[in-house]
Amino acid sequence: MTRSPLRDALVGLFVLAGVAAGIYLSLAVGGLSYAGPHGLRLIARFDETGGLKVGAPAAIAGVKVGQITAISLDPEFRARIDLDLDSRLSLPIDTSASIMTAGLLGDRYLDIQVGGDSKLLRSGDEITFTQSAVILERLIGKLIHGADLGDGSAKTATPAPTDGKAAVPDRTRAP
Amino acid sequence: MEFEGRVIIRDLSCEMARGKISVVLGGSGSGKTTLLRLMAGLLEPTAGRILVDGEDITRLSETRRAAVRRKIGMMFQAGALLDSMTVFENVALPLREHSSMSRLHVTEVVDDRLREVDLLDIEDLGPKQISGGMVKRAALARAIIEGPPILLCDEPFSGLDPVSTRRIEALLIALNQRHGMTMVIVSHHVRSTLRMADRILLLLPDAIVVGTPRELLQSTDPRVVSFLDEDRPFEGRAPEVERLPVLAPRSKARRR
Amino acid sequence: MRFAALEELGRAAILLTAEFGRLASFAARVVRSTVTRPLRIGSFIDELYKLGVLSVLLICVSGLAVGMVLALQGYKSLVRFGAEQSLGALVGLSLVRELGPVLTALLVTGRAGSSVAAEIGSMVATEQLDGLRMMSIEPIGFVVRPKALAMLVVMPMLTALFIVSGLAGAYFVGVKRMGVDGGWFVSGFRSAVDFHDDVLQALVKSLAFGALAGLIATYRGFTSAPTSEGVSAATTSTVVVGSVSLLVLDYALTALWGVGR
Repeated sequence: MTRSPLRDALVGLFVLAGVAAGIYLSLAVGGLSYAGPHGLRLIARFDETGGLKVGAPAAIAGVKVGQITAISLDPEFRARIDLDLDSRLSLPIDTSASIMTAGLLGDRYLDIQVGGDSKLLRSGDEITFTQSAVILERLIGKLIHGADLGDGSAKTATPAPTDGKAAVPDRTRAP
Repeated sequence: MEFEGRVIIRDLSCEMARGKISVVLGGSGSGKTTLLRLMAGLLEPTAGRILVDGEDITRLSETRRAAVRRKIGMMFQAGALLDSMTVFENVALPLREHSSMSRLHVTEVVDDRLREVDLLDIEDLGPKQISGGMVKRAALARAIIEGPPILLCDEPFSGLDPVSTRRIEALLIALNQRHGMTMVIVSHHVRSTLRMADRILLLLPDAIVVGTPRELLQSTDPRVVSFLDEDRPFEGRAPEVERLPVLAPRSKARRR
Repeated sequence: MRFAALEELGRAAILLTAEFGRLASFAARVVRSTVTRPLRIGSFIDELYKLGVLSVLLICVSGLAVGMVLALQGYKSLVRFGAEQSLGALVGLSLVRELGPVLTALLVTGRAGSSVAAEIGSMVATEQLDGLRMMSIEPIGFVVRPKALAMLVVMPMLTALFIVSGLAGAYFVGVKRMGVDGGWFVSGFRSAVDFHDDVLQALVKSLAFGALAGLIATYRGFTSAPTSEGVSAATTSTVVVGSVSLLVLDYALTALWGVGR
């Protein structure tokens, strides 16, 4: 037990350094629980989620306002997405939601375009204007064949930008 | 007592009398260390019982054995001092662990003991920094620090020069005389044994001889004689032996 | 002829299971001893020093080196796809999820684990443990517990240090040498590495590794043959068995972690 005060000091330093490193790592990374406000629960249906994951962010103008809480298949074989958004948001009923890609290797997220109606969406409502995720292969297929390839689009294929953002929205479904 | 298929001790039954110095004598491999470890409860016999102070320790759990061991001090062959502590800390360890003596009191008692074994001036050194003789003396001090009624010693004289040997011998005899400590000593050192033992248990390859030093010295058995007479040159196999004070085959080692 | 081989296999299987059982009961004794007094904090702190502080240099240098290599290799692969701005994400994820906990555990097992096994093994050989028993001091509480506990505590801290060193090394190579934008690097790291998925995973893994390494090292030392060959066998087997079981445990934890999501 030949412990000197120096040893104890070094041990203390070591523990501090280790804990500090741990804390730094915890804070420096994302996702330390979305402690943001939530409460506005909405759903949205899509023909194609393109790999959108539960926990992915929902953003307005690029700012995170909530996240995806569930993804399931509805009876008509469309993807049903459950959202949990900041309850302070006032979203009109003609708000639209599109599945976008963040960066080249980035994950899918939900982009919300605020509408202009006077009536607002409440918890439990459905966002009716949706735009599915763009699948690169289908896009390339359209380019090559210049025709509708059964994904619901009625337009002739046009060279679309390859950053994942579709320039033309899908035929939207009326409520 | 078997060990990995080899029978080390067979049919041994004896008593180590209270307050007396009993020496287990024998050549290497005779099983004397095994016997001592059995008595300490560090080994369990494959057959038979071991009683310490009337209590059967043979099948006791570790925790219960630990309680019995409070009555026993043990001095190991290589000292078995903890390398991570100084001599002082080693000797003080039993006191610190088992009693709530104040630091001052502990220091007092430990220093007294160290003075008895003449190690006071090196008490702050580690076991690796002192000589073999010093290690043994420290081990002795540690074994008796709590004043146990029983002391077990595994080869206390091995590896020591004659001066240190006599020193330890004197210490042990003094302890026995002053405190009436029951001692069981394992040794192959004939001379010290003859000098200090009240009773000798001689483990020969095929027999066990028990007696006082005088009895053994007067024995006519060639094996006994040749063992005791260290200066005699080696002679080879001894002829068969008749009447010897050999113990009847029973398996009860009892120490009172 | 073939039966002999089968017999051998059967015997080996039985021995292995028996060994496992012994390890398990040893583990139970160690765990039980953690709640018995005296707490021996002094010993524990001493072990933290011997196992932790003395490993810091090794861990930081290794972490730095690994981070640098990661950045180099990662850059070379990513630049082919024009994706070098994802270097931060690549390095961050690799380090935090796998390389950090696993490499730290392997290094620590090699260094600290083998020293623990050797220390305890030599205590067995020199009868120090028997000496403790004769003084009615339970060797597991006195010797094993502080060491095992220290291994457990030390591992996550060293892992964190390893990861941070790795990031520093990667930053140095990626940003300063290879020219990746520093901002991208950091933001790539931030967005790709998630607390729940990754940092927490690293923590849980490092704790599990610490417990396993501590257990194996102390067990091997404790049960070593009381000879010098026994001690060296204990040391080698600690490193070998420890390393292999760490890697297997890593797979198990990684797989389980995905399930919980």
